Amino acid sequence: MTSRVRVRNWHPPGHIRTPAYLRGKTGTIERKLGPFPNPEQGAYGLAAKNLALYRVRFTMRDIWGDTAEAPGDTLEAEIYAHWLEPAD
Amino acid sequence: MPHDHHDHHTPPRPDNDEPLTYWQTMEIAVRELLVEKGVTTPEEIAGAIDRMDARSPTDGARVIARAWTDPDFKVRLLTDASAACREMGFDIGPMHLIALENRPGLHNVVVCTLCSCYPRYLIGPPPDWYKTRAYRSRTVREPRSVLAEFGLTLPEGIELRVHDSTADMRYIVLPERPAGTDDMTEDALAALVTRDSMIGTGLPRQPG
Amino acid sequence: MDTRRAGTYPAAMSNPPIKSWHDMGGDIAGPVPKDDHDFALWEKRVDALLVLCAGKGIFTVDGLRRAIEDLPPDAFETMTYYERWISSVNRNLIEAGIYSPADLALRMEKISARGASYGEAAQ
Repeated sequence: MTSRVRVRNWHPPGHIRTPAYLRGKTGTIERKLGPFPNPEQGAYGLAAKNLALYRVRFTMRDIWGDTAEAPGDTLEAEIYAHWLEPAD
Repeated sequence: MPHDHHDHHTPPRPDNDEPLTYWQTMEIAVRELLVEKGVTTPEEIAGAIDRMDARSPTDGARVIARAWTDPDFKVRLLTDASAACREMGFDIGPMHLIALENRPGLHNVVVCTLCSCYPRYLIGPPPDWYKTRAYRSRTVREPRSVLAEFGLTLPEGIELRVHDSTADMRYIVLPERPAGTDDMTEDALAALVTRDSMIGTGLPRQPG
Repeated sequence: MDTRRAGTYPAAMSNPPIKSWHDMGGDIAGPVPKDDHDFALWEKRVDALLVLCAGKGIFTVDGLRRAIEDLPPDAFETMTYYERWISSVNRNLIEAGIYSPADLALRMEKISARGASYGEAAQ
């Protein structure tokens, strides 16, 4: 996974741990964690495949654009590997 | 008593002598069925309640004070906070914990926008406000305004970093050690650490 | 509140995706209320049941969340935190085959007959 990543702009129904406000946004990988069982399977009582989990750092400008409260402030969230694509 | 970190004296929820509600009835039924089916026992349930009741911000405060006084422990805490808590003897269950260090120019705050993830296996269940629509919605959009409502106004030169607990990790803020505390013992330092300072919506108490 | 994500999809798409009510990040909301309460015994018991069931692998914390997210959008306002939890714990246990809806209904009927307060009904 490259350092600059984009969160997939997907909106399927179901149990998803990628918050809507980050979908389609570009950030930088802060660290790799896991693997952890895929919650999109575990939530339905299914055998869950292990996935890498990334902490991704965004600037508030990355997320909210010019309307950010303080554009230079940052935000970090955990995003599973299959919700990220290279941004470079 | 110096280790009492309950920030608010709060009224209890309606309890045993209030009219029975539908959801309370369901709780009793689910619990009895689980015992009847051999999934658990009344003793096991009581034990789980006792263990959760025993967890409080006091435990987190001890971890923070240890990190303030023992540089090697601080390194271990920032490397693997779960292991560092267990090293101090805390039963943190299945929790994967990350410690977030405040330092000059950087302040951290924790939220969970999707539910109410919280380091409950170290410091107990979250306060009600942590679970509100207002806190969950606004902390990622206008965190400085939210902190100001808690009485914490961050100067412009300080970077605010919001941590959204979206998946498997839980977070605890390691606040900066207050100035003027060089002569204080670890126990005395722990008494300065508030619950909110470990969430990031507050700062430790000042000594004296 | 209209939480549709306008602009994400072409206008031709007649049913734009709706952001689930639980996914609150960035929504407009009022001041953070600071009132707090200590937990009642029944709430602590719900908490314990989740901890034990998850620890035994009967269902996962994501299963708990999923059945809460599938509650109607007004559940966040009309139900308390642990009311949503017990609703979800029950649903997950039925799905896991631990007991049936009829088992639950029969038990709840018996419990209601024990008395008018939680103390009486919980024996």
